[in-house]
Amino acid sequence: MREYDLETLRQLKRGELPFEKVHEMQSSHKDRDRFLKMLAIAQESVPWNDRILLPYAEHLYVVEKPDKSRVVKCDCGYEFGDVKQNWKLSALVYVRDTKEKINEIYPDKMGCDPDWMHIREYICPGCGVLLETEAVPPGYPIVFDFQPDIDTFYEKWLNQPLSK
Amino acid sequence: MNLKKETLVKKKGIGWNGMRLKDMLEQSEQLFRETKRYWGIEKLELREKDPIRYERIFSSLRGGLVNARETALNISASPIVKEIGELCFALYTPEGDSIVLSTGIIVHVHTMSDAIKYMIRNNYEENPGIRPGDIFSNNNSIIGDVHTADVHTIVPIFWEGELIGWAGGVTHEIDVGAVTPGSMAFGHEDRYGDGLLLSCEKAGENDEFYQSYLKKCADSVRAERYWLLDERTRLAGCHMIRDQVYRVIQEEGIETYKQFIREVIEEGRRSFKERVKEILFPGTYESPRFTDVPWKNDPTVSAKARRDLIMHAPLTLKVSADGELHMSFEGANKWGYHSFNCAPSPMQGALWVQLTQTLIPNDKINDGAYYATSLKLPYGSWCNPDYEKVSTTLSWHFLIPAFSGMIRSLARGYYARGYLEEISASFPMTGNILQGGGVNHFGVESAFTNFEMSSEGTGAMYFKDGEDCTAAMWNPEGDMGEAETWEVLEPLLYLGRSIKPMTSGPGKYCGGAGIETVRMLYRTKQQTLFNGLADGHVFGSAGIFGGYPGNAGYRHSLHGTNMKEIIAKQLPYPTHDGDPENSEVDRLVQARENVFDKIATAGPQLFEEYDIYVSVHRGGPGLGDVLERDPALVEADLNSGKLLPRYAESIYGVVAKQNDEGKWQVDHKRTAEKRKEMRLNRLKKAVPVKEFMKKERERILKRDFIEPVRDMYQSSMELSSEWREKFITFWNLPEDFEM
Ligand SMILES: [Zn+2]
Repeated sequence: MREYDLETLRQLKRGELPFEKVHEMQSSHKDRDRFLKMLAIAQESVPWNDRILLPYAEHLYVVEKPDKSRVVKCDCGYEFGDVKQNWKLSALVYVRDTKEKINEIYPDKMGCDPDWMHIREYICPGCGVLLETEAVPPGYPIVFDFQPDIDTFYEKWLNQPLSK
Repeated sequence: MNLKKETLVKKKGIGWNGMRLKDMLEQSEQLFRETKRYWGIEKLELREKDPIRYERIFSSLRGGLVNARETALNISASPIVKEIGELCFALYTPEGDSIVLSTGIIVHVHTMSDAIKYMIRNNYEENPGIRPGDIFSNNNSIIGDVHTADVHTIVPIFWEGELIGWAGGVTHEIDVGAVTPGSMAFGHEDRYGDGLLLSCEKAGENDEFYQSYLKKCADSVRAERYWLLDERTRLAGCHMIRDQVYRVIQEEGIETYKQFIREVIEEGRRSFKERVKEILFPGTYESPRFTDVPWKNDPTVSAKARRDLIMHAPLTLKVSADGELHMSFEGANKWGYHSFNCAPSPMQGALWVQLTQTLIPNDKINDGAYYATSLKLPYGSWCNPDYEKVSTTLSWHFLIPAFSGMIRSLARGYYARGYLEEISASFPMTGNILQGGGVNHFGVESAFTNFEMSSEGTGAMYFKDGEDCTAAMWNPEGDMGEAETWEVLEPLLYLGRSIKPMTSGPGKYCGGAGIETVRMLYRTKQQTLFNGLADGHVFGSAGIFGGYPGNAGYRHSLHGTNMKEIIAKQLPYPTHDGDPENSEVDRLVQARENVFDKIATAGPQLFEEYDIYVSVHRGGPGLGDVLERDPALVEADLNSGKLLPRYAESIYGVVAKQNDEGKWQVDHKRTAEKRKEMRLNRLKKAVPVKEFMKKERERILKRDFIEPVRDMYQSSMELSSEWREKFITFWNLPEDFEM
């Protein structure tokens, strides 16, 4: 079975692995222990001790709290609440809904028209990092990007059921 | 007793052991329903017994298909086929399931499968009959195709009186005889403007096209020489595939061949599910997407088409516990009197072409993957119209954005599993597409479709920027073609072709940049030209993990210019538009009429000699927080011209200045300060989401939106009670709310 050492995977995460190496990774069979190794790398990189159950999105993790509840947490430590609820509801948002605000990112005529679509920027209240953008028509429900089926994954795919 | 008698009277079918094809297909479907396995196969016996022989058969068939494509490329005269490689071939089982395919525009592997199944279900075996040497033609998307421009040639393969499969080939035609010139003409209301329609038509026998069929095609389309050559190209490829199948049967025996084609599809199904479990994360992924049709005041389109509208593609992807992939567009809004409607066949084809570039990036892909996926397309919506006479000439305008969310959803799965090397922020739209026609520079009434739009920027990856001007979602082997070749075919000169600044979607890693070209009509009195496959008021794709979408587009055309004088006096002429807020075209050229607006997709417009047509392409979406972008990359973007200087600070918080040689250099200290300040500013400017929702809800209650936005919500709520429930619950609206 193919395997990569932790340092190679750390480099991949930091974007420092040479392209030829990444390309080889893309073209090869997958290494089956990647999930657990990346979990270890994530765990060592955060300044807190909650157990990480999965990397959820850039800067965000699903963690297990001491009371076994599962919450979405930023690497800065900010907690967005239960994973079953959209984390965005507990974030800050900046909406680019005027031509001026859109033109800070796109030249005139190359961005969206705010009457047709606006840009929502979801920001971590703890550290100010930009976590997700949404480009949707005004009035659109907030998008729930990903609802992971954590128990199925641990029980049936990983064969390491989580205690509840 | 009675039963036996009946069987005896029944005419012997062309299927296996005298079965009728229809019965074979029904039996196959029934076995799949009952066992969830292709033809109920439990053990992959051939593969387990002699894996080397099994792989040898596969390689031999695959080689035959790739070879057929390469040879056919050289027969074709059509530039879209020859230069861009817009063709592909596939081999099918008697029931129409794909076994193996060539490279190329593989979206059609599944659309041809639909066409074959249509012939079987509609009893073509009886009428018009399916015999050795027959040729069938199809370009009807309601039956199985993407749009009329893609023409299928389908040939049955017989062995000792039994149908053992089908060979199929498809090419994209330059013109299909629609109401206006170009392969994907639009602006008309319904199918009656779509051009020549071939509905699984018997087009020949004894390996020859009927003279009457070729005459009909030649009489129906513009640029008929290309059409006729492409007919021969596809037929030659199908015959090469048939020969290769015969060779394999001679070497391996017919029974082995029959066993192989079923096992390989069942293997495809199983390995797909294994792959899903290996690389994705179970759960539900949402990624809605939109595009605009801003035609309310567009005089170039027909009366019924004059509406502003937004296409709504609320994509949900579910990865089940057993590794199946279920996709749904529940909540999609209604079809319309435009040419961007999609039949289920192209939707299925699009899913297929995306899978080959993501979960199954190898040559071992076939309809096994189809049997491990499902696709929900609400009846009555743009992706499954309840009116069969809708126009579909440019389905891609809706289909491309609709599927862009699939790539972002997969990216989230890869992220959770740690396979960061697979992540992409997805593809952008594939426009602008320049097409049209008229009396050309050789004095001939003709038509053309410029396929440089097969090279857009790609999405940012997890570890690097996307690639500049290099691919299209529908053809992984994109190629923009030589400018000189297009100039031979089109009565428009290239004044310039270059990277367009500000097309890359910003992020920690940016999308690849798109190009722009400036074209001038030359040696033609008049041409009818379109702008299309292009998002204008909205973004047809989106970023991920904080990245922004790549550019939306615009239309910029100059009519009645002084270009003749500019050339005669050897004055500077524009090679690009550049920054639209300081357009080079406008700076250097005077015109009677300057069309410069957000109607990026516009119907047929008249142009005259020396008129200018700007074609703005798309950059890929970005990934990650812009304030985390390496300042050295921002510096490189400034120096390459991809990033306009005024945006280095407003987007990236990078402070840079030009040195004596004009090179941009980052001031790292001030950049760090600026970024810190911007992060703090973000926290100050942003509001809690709950607060935003409260205000947005008020706006919804007041229906304070422009018409296309209101129409979109109302249409989605009318077509789907499920989506209505979701919308009403999310915003806590009264039960009887209507937009
Ligand atoms: Zn944070």
